[in-house]
Amino acid sequence: MGDILQVQGLTKTFRLSAKQQKLEKSKEKVRTAVNGLSFTAREGEIFGLLGPNGAGKTTTLRMLATLIRPDSGDAVVDGASVVREPDQVRSRIGFLTSELKLEDCFTPNYLFDFFADLHKVDPAVRDQRKRSLFDRFGIDKFAEVKVANLSTGMKQKVSLVVSIVHNPDIIIFDEPTNGLDVLTAKVVTDFLQQLRNEGKTIIVSTHIFSLIEKLCDRVGIIINGKMIVCGELDRVCGGMNLEDRFFEIYRETVGEAE
Amino acid sequence: MKNSIFTIMKKELARFFGDKRMVVSILIPGILIYVLYSFMGGAMGDAFGVDEEYTPTVQAIHLPASMEILLPQTGFAIIAGEDEAAAREAVTDQGLDLLLVFPEDFDRIAAEYEVSSGQPAPNVEIYYNSASTNSSFAYRTVVGLLDAYEAQMVNKFDVNAGGEGYDLATAEDTAGSFFSMMMPLLLMMFLYSGCAAVAPESIAGEKERGTIATMLITPIRRSDVALGKILALSLISMLSAASSTVGTVLALPKMMGGVTDEVSAAIYSIQDYLLLAAVILSAVLVIVTLISILSAFAKTIKEAQTYAMPVMLLAMGLGVSGMFGGGASQELVNYCIPLYNSVQCMVGVFSFSVLPLGVAVTVGINAVVTLLGVFILAKMFNSETIIFSR
Repeated sequence: MGDILQVQGLTKTFRLSAKQQKLEKSKEKVRTAVNGLSFTAREGEIFGLLGPNGAGKTTTLRMLATLIRPDSGDAVVDGASVVREPDQVRSRIGFLTSELKLEDCFTPNYLFDFFADLHKVDPAVRDQRKRSLFDRFGIDKFAEVKVANLSTGMKQKVSLVVSIVHNPDIIIFDEPTNGLDVLTAKVVTDFLQQLRNEGKTIIVSTHIFSLIEKLCDRVGIIINGKMIVCGELDRVCGGMNLEDRFFEIYRETVGEAE
Repeated sequence: MKNSIFTIMKKELARFFGDKRMVVSILIPGILIYVLYSFMGGAMGDAFGVDEEYTPTVQAIHLPASMEILLPQTGFAIIAGEDEAAAREAVTDQGLDLLLVFPEDFDRIAAEYEVSSGQPAPNVEIYYNSASTNSSFAYRTVVGLLDAYEAQMVNKFDVNAGGEGYDLATAEDTAGSFFSMMMPLLLMMFLYSGCAAVAPESIAGEKERGTIATMLITPIRRSDVALGKILALSLISMLSAASSTVGTVLALPKMMGGVTDEVSAAIYSIQDYLLLAAVILSAVLVIVTLISILSAFAKTIKEAQTYAMPVMLLAMGLGVSGMFGGGASQELVNYCIPLYNSVQCMVGVFSFSVLPLGVAVTVGINAVVTLLGVFILAKMFNSETIIFSR
């Protein structure tokens, strides 16, 4: 299977405000969140980005979703460049992160139709897809309940369904099971596996080792904005369990940097 | 493209009309204005009106013979008395409505007085209490009577001796003059209020709640999001402004009841109202666009409302400018200034002096400003600094 996502030298810096500098007791005016990151993802695989908080995972995914522009480098998503063709990238990916919220005053039913319209999904296809997804996630039981009155798990299910309303080939999930109860988390992870079996490519970022071990075919370990190791899960682990291997890499990297 | 704009509009309208509190919030101002203005009109009528059953009491000191004949024509109770200090105290205490103090032998010295002599004319002192409606009414009546008597004594020529019929203004002119002075200011305030009630919530509110980014990861064009929002918000603002305007127009005759009975919005034709609607819509588009751009800078709804304050001052200032100048500007260049042009058009419509080309230029200029605003807002939606500044 070929590469459906090619990331080449992605770099992103953020200017720190005086307030942030004071809070972090730092004199640096610019912080490099992602530093020359490169990796690829293949069709029909689940690729995991693993790293501690602040490693640059979310910034990387935001650049892939075209929410922010890289300072340099590029990523080609299913043939479209995030720098030059962001509109085409948006139509080819589904993006889910806890930062993206749904309007409280609308029902799952309304939101599904609204996002389907934004993605220009044919109404007949939309209705069929809605029935299938709502049934899969049990959303039909609360399809007419306003989002404001839903539990966190229900909201996450609705967010997930809405993010893939247009049946994209590449799905990017930032911390897909964060804040979910075990039952909802199981539904989500099972669904990600189902999507892979249907030939979709899934990029997930997480700091949960077990999630990577359970789901991912390949993994990239990011520390301080740099891709330290990237490859097949077995190869990266090198016979160790992922958690031990990660801390070994972390000590080597951070120790070397210091 | 059109579908995307329509989708955003539909969503904004559904969000607004799905919330009963928000719907009520656009109807309430109109009802409140009607009740408040009607109450104010009633209160003003009570404050400045005269009780027709009441007979003012006037005390005259050194009452001359001529006045013994004239003063009773007022229908007031005339009493004699010589204690001026006690009478003045009675006027202060509102026990007496008016005190007239004539010079002694007033009739003779008034008849002998020559204007060319350079000497001061005989002086009649009239003491009244301006805090008392009845005293003020008695004062105006007696001063009018004395002025007429004085004019009669030295009559060289008359002005409008024929009584009524010299004011050639029609009832429409009178009402038009009143509406053109009051309504542009009120309308600008209502338009601002309508826009400020919805635009910050829709732009800064979506940023604050994190919902705008969810929309921006779809392939929809940023300009479609901006235009869809501005059109929907303008429509809602128009409804809000319409509610306030209807309330005002219905309440104005009640409010002005004590001054004139000729104030009625029925003097305007359908064409006038259509012109007004076009002008108002174009003004709303500009105001919504301005507030939307300012809201996009804000991190919260509250911050956006603060940023929008200068727009309120601008709207007020422009509205006040319409109160002066005696009708709409006939200079086409004045219709090239956004929002000021709308005020001039409103003045023109209300005073029946509208410049049709001015209205066309106004609508065109305001549409261009709106499109420019849409472009800026679309750019802002593309900026990560703006969208993620939470």
